[in-house]
Amino acid sequence: MKKQNIVIIDYDAGNIQSVKYAFERLGITPIVSKDKEVIRNADKVIFPGVGEASWAMNSLKENDLIDLIPDLKQPVLGICLGMQLMCESTEEGNTKALGIFPVSAKRFTNEQKVPHMGWNQLDDLKGGLLNGIKTSEFTYFVHSYYVPLIEETIASCDYIVPFSAALQKDNFYACQFHPEKSGDVGVKILENFINL
Amino acid sequence: MDVKDGRTVKGVNFVDLRDAGDAVELAAYYAEQGADELVFLDITATHEKRKTLVELVQKVARELNIPFTVGGGISTPEDVGVLLNAGADKVSINSAAVRNPQLISDLAKRFGSQCVVLAVDAKCVDGNWEVFLNGGRLSTGIDLFEWIVKAEQLGAGEILFTSMNHDGTKNGFANETLAKLSEMVNIPVIASGGAGNMEHFADTFIEGKADAALAASVFHFKEIEIPELKKYLKTKNIPVRI
Repeated sequence: MKKQNIVIIDYDAGNIQSVKYAFERLGITPIVSKDKEVIRNADKVIFPGVGEASWAMNSLKENDLIDLIPDLKQPVLGICLGMQLMCESTEEGNTKALGIFPVSAKRFTNEQKVPHMGWNQLDDLKGGLLNGIKTSEFTYFVHSYYVPLIEETIASCDYIVPFSAALQKDNFYACQFHPEKSGDVGVKILENFINL
Repeated sequence: MDVKDGRTVKGVNFVDLRDAGDAVELAAYYAEQGADELVFLDITATHEKRKTLVELVQKVARELNIPFTVGGGISTPEDVGVLLNAGADKVSINSAAVRNPQLISDLAKRFGSQCVVLAVDAKCVDGNWEVFLNGGRLSTGIDLFEWIVKAEQLGAGEILFTSMNHDGTKNGFANETLAKLSEMVNIPVIASGGAGNMEHFADTFIEGKADAALAASVFHFKEIEIPELKKYLKTKNIPVRI
C-alpha cells in the first residue's frame, strides 16, 4: 500500500472513528484535523459526515471550511452526508451546500421504509474509484436523502428510485454508502482511493 | 452477543476459535461468516465496569468492517456519545426509553435517528401485547403497538422487537405481531426471539414482514451456519448479501 498523508476533515459531524480505523487496517494512520493548512497539504482528503445537513453545514461554517473544500486540488472522498454536502443543496433543512456536484439531494418518498438502511447492490459501475468492483456487489447504506442520477454518477443503486451510489467530478469523489462498513467490497474501494 | 466485562457470556463452544469467550474474536468470526450486522448487549451490572464496554467497542471497531450496535444500560446522551466516539454505529436503548421517552428524541436530535435502535421486549398477556422490562420480569402496563408508534414519532430509527413468548422456544419468530408492527411504522423492524431452524428465518421475512432477523444461540451452537442460511434464504427469493 502506498504510504501517504491522508487527512480526515474533523468538523464534529458524527462517527469518524470507523473511517480512521478502516485506513489503519490498511496500514495508514490518517490525521484527523480541522486545520486548513493540514487539510490543504494532505495527499488525500476524506470528508465524512453523519448527522443532519444544516447542522453539519453550520459546523463547517464555524470551522471556516466552506471555501476550502471546493478549492482542494488533491483527491477528496466524501462519504454519506459528506457526499450530499458536496452537492448544490439538500432538501434536508433546506440547506445550501458546497456546490461541487451540480445536483440537489432529495428526500426519499415514504413508499418504502425510510431511512434506506442496510446492504444494497451497486450497478452501472464506471471504474476508477470502483475498479474491480462487480455489478451486484453489496455495500452498506444508511440515509434518508438521496442524490438523483447525473452525468457524474459512477455507480447507481435502487431503493424506491434509482439514485447515485457514487459520484466523481475531477478530483472529487463521493459515495453514499459507507465503504468503511461495507466488508471486503468497502476495503477494495478504500484501497482504490489510496491508489488514485 | 451478550457480553460481560468484555467477554461473551452465552456458552459458545467453537473449536475453531482460540478463545470463544473473546467477544472481538467471535465478532470477527461472524463477520467472516457473512453476518450483516452484529449486536452487543452488555449485561455488566456495575457502573464501574462500563469502562470495559467502551474498550470492547474500540477493539471491535478497529477489527470489524461491518456495522454493529451496542446496547445495555444506556440511559443518557453522554453514554451514547462515548460509545459512538469509540466506534459503535448504533446504540440500542430499552428500559431507559420506557422510563423516559424523551431520551429517544434527545438522542435522535443529537446523533441522528439512524443510530437510535429502540429495543422492546414484549409479552402477550390475555391476548394483549404488553411491554416488559428486565428480561420479561417487570410488567409496565404499556401497550406494545402504542409504544412503537410513539417511539417512531419521537425519532427512533429502528425497532428491535423480542417476543418473550417466543424467545428461547426455537419454535419460530412472532410473525403475526411482527407483521402488524412492520406495517404500522415506516422504520425497519428487526425480528428477535424464537429462531430454531432456517425455515423460521424465511417465515419471518415473508409472513412477519421483518426487515432483518436477529439470532444468537442457534449461531453460537452452530445449529445454523450463516453461509448456509443465506444460501437457503436466496432460494426462497429473499434478497440477501452473499
